[in-house]
Amino acid sequence: MKVRAQIAMVLNLDKCIGCHTCSVTCKNVWTSRDGMEYAWFNNVETKPGVGYPKEWENQAKWNGGWKRRKDGRIEPKQGSKWRILANIFANPDLPAIDDYYEPWDYDYAHLQNAPESKATPTARPRSAISGQRMEKIHWGPNWEEILGTEFAKRSKDYNFDNVQKEIYGEFENTFMMYLPRLCEHCLNPACVASCPSGAIYKREEDGIVLIDQDKCRGWRMCVSGCPYKKIYYNWNTGKSEKCIFCYPRIESGLPTVCSETCVGRIRYLGVLLYDADRIEKAASVADEKSLYQAQLDIFLDPFDATVQAAARQAGIPEPWLRAAQESPVYKMAIDWKIAFPLHPEYRTLPMVWYVPALSPIQARAEAGQIGMNGIIPDVGSLRIPLQYLANLLTAGDEQPVKRALERMLAMRAYMRAKTVDGEIREDVLKTVNLRIDQVESMYRYLAIANFEDRFVIPTSHREYASATYDAFGERGGCGFSFGNGCSPGTDQTNLFGGKKVTARRATPIKVEPPHKA
Amino acid sequence: MNYLNTLLFGVYPYLAGAVFLLGSLARFDRDPFTWKAHSSQILSNHNMRLASNLFHVGILLLFMGHFVGLLTPPEIFHALGVSAGDKQLLAIVAGSIAGIMCFVGLTLLVRRRLTDPRVRATSSRMDIFILLLLYAQLILGLLTIPVSLMHLDGHNMLNLMGWARNIVTFDPIEAVAFVSQVGWLFKLHLFLGLTVFLVFPFSRLVHIWSAPVTYPARPYQVVRQR
Repeated sequence: MKVRAQIAMVLNLDKCIGCHTCSVTCKNVWTSRDGMEYAWFNNVETKPGVGYPKEWENQAKWNGGWKRRKDGRIEPKQGSKWRILANIFANPDLPAIDDYYEPWDYDYAHLQNAPESKATPTARPRSAISGQRMEKIHWGPNWEEILGTEFAKRSKDYNFDNVQKEIYGEFENTFMMYLPRLCEHCLNPACVASCPSGAIYKREEDGIVLIDQDKCRGWRMCVSGCPYKKIYYNWNTGKSEKCIFCYPRIESGLPTVCSETCVGRIRYLGVLLYDADRIEKAASVADEKSLYQAQLDIFLDPFDATVQAAARQAGIPEPWLRAAQESPVYKMAIDWKIAFPLHPEYRTLPMVWYVPALSPIQARAEAGQIGMNGIIPDVGSLRIPLQYLANLLTAGDEQPVKRALERMLAMRAYMRAKTVDGEIREDVLKTVNLRIDQVESMYRYLAIANFEDRFVIPTSHREYASATYDAFGERGGCGFSFGNGCSPGTDQTNLFGGKKVTARRATPIKVEPPHKA
Repeated sequence: MNYLNTLLFGVYPYLAGAVFLLGSLARFDRDPFTWKAHSSQILSNHNMRLASNLFHVGILLLFMGHFVGLLTPPEIFHALGVSAGDKQLLAIVAGSIAGIMCFVGLTLLVRRRLTDPRVRATSSRMDIFILLLLYAQLILGLLTIPVSLMHLDGHNMLNLMGWARNIVTFDPIEAVAFVSQVGWLFKLHLFLGLTVFLVFPFSRLVHIWSAPVTYPARPYQVVRQR
């Protein structure tokens, strides 16, 4: 047993209102730079839809993630190591910028400088890459917002597999949900495995997956290797970048920017202990539907004395063990089993988990034909098809998703009975195998969702790091930067530098100093 | 003329070589963030599989052909029963095939870099310069083929080999004596070739140093300890 700790995340889709605050705050902090305009470390998609980049879930098209070979071992779906090297001159699986969208800005200055005319002047779009005029914008980062575009296009959504999707194109039967997405910080990351330079790595102490910007050579195999398409090639610096799980914040015990700013309080961060020796076996399970259970089996019980002893042996600090016991992620993913990994069939063992969304009871069910399961409505009559959620979260296995939805419905029924009728309905809980303490706790975490319950993040203990760690050496450093210490690599005076692109951008609005009276 | 020969083919190789090695070292050490291939495939994917593969495979074959062809001592291939004339013919045939592959690929890539609005706008001056330099060098190399076909005894080739061997064994005077006997087309090709080494550290060519040959040997997962 090799115990490691990981800071994992849970997103409660049941409460996501699709406000994009997470995306915008993330962009403002991390990707508001040249070459990364098109990149969203965090984005929120409306489902059903093809998403961003287009059809990212369709691995028949993009070849992301892992595949299980006939001999039972796994290798990246885009090919073995030799295959990846053979594709290095031109990556056949690389999404082009148009699969994301061509970033643009507007000529705002025209609003100020336009000569007198009959029509109101407009600020027209201009490509942020080429600087050329864009006559019509065909696609953007969130083009399918709230079921935008035609159903025929959106229905290419891979999660419609085994769902009779035609009827969901009808207005009466339509359904939607939001899916916020970020890097999954997988236990078995396909990006790391695909990187020819070995520049991508998983941090042992907290499981965050990072790209060493000084070692990245821009071979762009990680972009195609990641099945979630959450690695972005910065066309300005020629290096790949990805969500860094706000590690400078996590190290100081603060939640990530997306979690901190989430107005719906849907995000949870906590420690999970896992056995690193079991990763490969779990990722190689033959049946795709067993992958969810195989992943659950990797995690270790933080209350178990042998686990604790092994964790101490592995050098995991005491506050981390305590955090693992109080971890909201452990409660939701393992104790209550209401949170699931996104697309376990990619065999990456993702570590950002999702609580499936409940949805309104369909109209026909309300009209008396409702399937009632005691006082809990039958989850089969929810508007979002169970199979759709299962395709998203459990490789198509409906059973675990059904149990989770039933538990959430049971929690509501129990709390309603308790607060409105003043009754304790243990019978409701029996049908879903929950104890009273569990359901009260679920209510506290899901409905109240206090800050200190949602985020249980132990600070990093750098004093454990090594004998060589010395704060004196940090003196005069640049702090956080995207590679190369203080130099962005695009200085005019730098012999080795690249090209600064800011000057080519659309002309911005001119701000005049206020006139003095 | 003799002075110019000494300068360009006796002194310049060492100048270019020193800048090539020290410049690469300086960039790798001082500015690792700028060390990259700088692919623009994401901006324009059209024809890239054809163009980039033809160019890269072609130029790798050409590089290996030049390396082996110029630096193998004549005694070795004579011992193998290959005459200078045979070796020249082999070089012409193999070089033509690789050269044409490279030429087709590079033509497509030059066109792409100069005419694709996205690629053009994101190219630095050095990106365009190095591509045109390689293009000119490739065309010069291809032009030497008809010249070589006119004298198939391998004499010219032996002179060029003598130059290269003496340069790498630090005998520039002897090297210049060899090179002064070859035609101007070959000399121009040599000069541009040395220039590629000179500008190498300041261009995207540095990615060649980082060819990921160790990738197949490493385990899939990389975990860094604190």
